[in-house]
Amino acid sequence: MKVHSLLKLLLAGALVATLPSLAANDPVKLQSLRGGTPVDADNPPTASHQERDHPVFDRDFVQQPPLIPHTTSGYQVTRNFNKCMDCHAWQKTKASGATKVSVTHFRDREGQELDNVSPRRYFCTQCHVAQTDAKPLVENTFTRSRGLK
Amino acid sequence: MTDQYNLVTKPGGGRLKRLTRWAWGIATSALGVAFVLGILFWGGFNTAMEVSNTETFCISCHEMEKNVYVEYRNTIHYQNRTGVRATCPDCHVPKQWVPKMIRKIYASNELLHKALGSINTPEKFNAKRLELAQNEWRRMKKNDSQECRNCHNYSYMDYVEQNRRAATTHQTAFNEGQTCIDCHKGLAHALPAIEQHIGAPKVGAYDPPAVIKASEPVSKAADPAESKAPEPAANK
Repeated sequence: MKVHSLLKLLLAGALVATLPSLAANDPVKLQSLRGGTPVDADNPPTASHQERDHPVFDRDFVQQPPLIPHTTSGYQVTRNFNKCMDCHAWQKTKASGATKVSVTHFRDREGQELDNVSPRRYFCTQCHVAQTDAKPLVENTFTRSRGLK
Repeated sequence: MTDQYNLVTKPGGGRLKRLTRWAWGIATSALGVAFVLGILFWGGFNTAMEVSNTETFCISCHEMEKNVYVEYRNTIHYQNRTGVRATCPDCHVPKQWVPKMIRKIYASNELLHKALGSINTPEKFNAKRLELAQNEWRRMKKNDSQECRNCHNYSYMDYVEQNRRAATTHQTAFNEGQTCIDCHKGLAHALPAIEQHIGAPKVGAYDPPAVIKASEPVSKAADPAESKAPEPAANK
């Protein structure tokens, strides 16, 4: 017992002795976006709500996938069914008033034009996203492309 | 005790009077027994009916618990901001007595298929998903989506509060005589395979027929591109 506590004391002393030298080396301050939360614990969820229906958003850069100007919570995009195509498929847009799927989406990866949306474009929300009221996690200095201002 | 004593001592009682008294006694006690039995029977029947109309009862079968219940848990009718829920029977069993009894009688067929194990694996369930879904869509279409309207009464919808798309679509759809289930399919459970002609054809998928919308002007409707599926499977 005594040996143990003595060892501990020695170790603590050694640590305290090395601390100033560490500070002198000026280590890089590493802080991830999740903060100091250990890996096996979770940060409390930040409640962010999808925004209500908007008119169509302007684009910020030329090749930007248009943003979704409406809520999409509860929409099924599964192997069985793609909810987006219920309104955005070409034959549905006249009735729904939605934007047509771009013609670029009819081309497969070999560059061949298909007669309907290419399966590689099936998962709409990989590129097109609805907007939420979430606050940006890091500072952002992005400015809109000059041609789109 | 005093009555009996009087009966015996009073000679003027008469045979007829005693007989009527006896008959009256029998009749009242029979009525009383029938009344109590009636309460017990009706109470029991009603309690059993109520028990079979709970979520716990529904998911006591693994067919429901492992398939549709799991899907339903991700939807707004299970969990939402205010905590008001629509459980299984709220949507799948009518509230009015006669339609409820009819539905309960139909449910005997479900008991048979439970015994036969028709949908006792996820594979079997998914193979039958389209048929099961269509049964329910047909039922709801037939009763004008009564179970939806038990809570969502569209006479009291505030279109100002609704999102733009919802407000316009609801009003046109109601004017065209459409009912909730015409658009709101698969909002509590995963949809069956629906053919949207993207990539390889889906095996056993429902291919909604392209039918020209009645409300559209003739000149527009003549263009086949204007045609619209009558039942756009939706989960808005």
